[in-house]
Amino acid sequence: MSNRTPLYSQHVAMGGKMVDFAGWEMPLNYGSQLEEHRQVRADVGMFDVSHMTIIDLEGGAARPFLRRLLANSVDSLQHAGQALYSCMLNDDGGIVDDLIVYFMHDDWFRMVVNAATRDKDLAWIRKQANGFDVEINARDDLAMVAVQGPNACARLCDTLTDISADRLRSMAAFTAMQAGELFIARTGYTGEDGFEIMLSAPGAVTLWQRLHDHGVAPIGLGARDTLRLEAGMNLYGADMDERVSPLEAALSWTVAWEPADRAFIGRAALERQRADGVAKKMVGLVLQGRGVLRNHQKVVGDAGDGEVLSGSFSPTLARSIAFARVPMATGAEVEVEIRGGMVPARVVKAPFVHNEKLCLHNGM
Amino acid sequence: MSNIPSDLKYTKSHEWVKVQGDGSLLIGITEHAQDLLGDMVYVEVPEVGRTLAAEEACAVVESVKAASDVYSPAAGEVIESNDALADSPETVNTDPYGAGWLMKLRPADADATEHLLDAKAYSAYVESEQH
Repeated sequence: MSNRTPLYSQHVAMGGKMVDFAGWEMPLNYGSQLEEHRQVRADVGMFDVSHMTIIDLEGGAARPFLRRLLANSVDSLQHAGQALYSCMLNDDGGIVDDLIVYFMHDDWFRMVVNAATRDKDLAWIRKQANGFDVEINARDDLAMVAVQGPNACARLCDTLTDISADRLRSMAAFTAMQAGELFIARTGYTGEDGFEIMLSAPGAVTLWQRLHDHGVAPIGLGARDTLRLEAGMNLYGADMDERVSPLEAALSWTVAWEPADRAFIGRAALERQRADGVAKKMVGLVLQGRGVLRNHQKVVGDAGDGEVLSGSFSPTLARSIAFARVPMATGAEVEVEIRGGMVPARVVKAPFVHNEKLCLHNGM
Repeated sequence: MSNIPSDLKYTKSHEWVKVQGDGSLLIGITEHAQDLLGDMVYVEVPEVGRTLAAEEACAVVESVKAASDVYSPAAGEVIESNDALADSPETVNTDPYGAGWLMKLRPADADATEHLLDAKAYSAYVESEQH
C-alpha cells in the first residue's frame, strides 16, 4: 500500500525523485541532495512532512495522561504553545517512539510522532489511555510543511501576509500557535531556525506554491536526513528502538526524574538501569579516513565492539559522520570496518553542526 | 530518458567502455547509473598496474545514498586511473562520459568488447529494468 501526501503532484512537477518511505511516496531529492542540504544551511528550504502522524489529545485528563505516558515531564509546559521533546517508553524502558508534544490549553495537547511507527503508536497510546478522560484523534486531515534555514523566518513573513510579521518573529523556539487555519510551530529537524506548519490539505498546496513563488526551494528526505544527523538528532528505527532505553540513546536529558513520585511508564526499569549503569552509550563518530559510515558497520575500540547507527556523509564537514552505540568505556579513538578495511574514527559529542557553525569544540 | 552515447559500449552493471585509438579501453559509469546513485561523495579507483579479470569488482563509487562496486567490463591491466576524482567525486555526476571517467585498461584480448552491449541494446536494457 502506498500513501501520497496532498503535495504529491507538486513534488512530481518540481522534479522530485519519488521513493517509498514507510509506506509513503516521498521525494528523496529534486536533483541534488548535497545542494539541497547546503541550501538549508545557507538560506532556506521547505519540506513536505505530511507523512508524520499528528495526534490530538483532548479532554480534562490530557495532562495527567501525558504525565504517565511520557518520560519527559509535561509539567514543564505551563504556557499555551510550549513544546517538549520526549520519548514514550514501554514497561522495560525501551523506546516505543520519540515525539514532540505541544501544550495548547488544558483540554488540548498535540503530539507529532513518526510515520513509520504510526499504527503501533496509536495502538499503544489508546491502550494506555484506558481509564483517562482523554480522546485520542489522529489528524489525518492535516498536512505539514516545514520551512527551515537561517532565512526561514524572513521568508515565511513575506509569504504569510495574513499573519503579522511581528507575531512570527516574536515566537520563541520550541513554541507553537494557532493562527486561523494554521498551526505554526517554531520547531524542526535540521538544527536551523525554522517552522513546522500544520494545515489542511488544500491549504498546504497553496502554502507550498506561495513559498515557492517567494523563492523557497523544495528539499527532499535525503537532505532532511543529513541535516538532522549533522544537528545530532536521533532517527527512530536507526538510532533507537524498543530494545534500547533513552540512557543508551544519548537521550538521558529527556528523562524527567523529578518529581520522584511521577510514575511514568518505564520508570522502574530506567531507575534500575541508572542504578546498575548501562553497558553501552551512543556517541558521535567522525571518520578520519576515506569512505562513508553506514548503519550496521562494526566499530572496534579499546573497550570492545560497537555498531554504527545512522551514518552518512556530512556536506558541511565534507567527511563522513555517524552515531554509534559502543561500550561505555570506549575512549576517543575507534576503528570502523568499512568494506573489509579498518578506518580510524574519532569519538565526539553530537551535534556535529549547529546553526551553521561547525562544532569543533571536541577536536574533529 | 538518460543520455546513452552511440559510440560507446555498455555492460548490464552500467559501466561504459570507449575503445581508444591505441586499443586501450576508457571506462566509467553511465549517466543512468550516476542518476540512480545520486550525489557522489567518494570514489575509489584501482591502482595502476593492477590486473583485472572480466567482471571483477575494481572500483567503488559511493554516493550520499549507498556504496556501489564498479565491475571491470573486460580482463586486462589498469594503465591509468582518474585520481582527480578523489578530490572531486561529483565529476562522476556532472560529466559521467567525460571528466568523470574512472580508469583506462589495456585489454588482455583483442576482442574484449565484442560481448558488450551497444547503445541500442543498453538503452533497451535500462528501459526493461525500469518496468
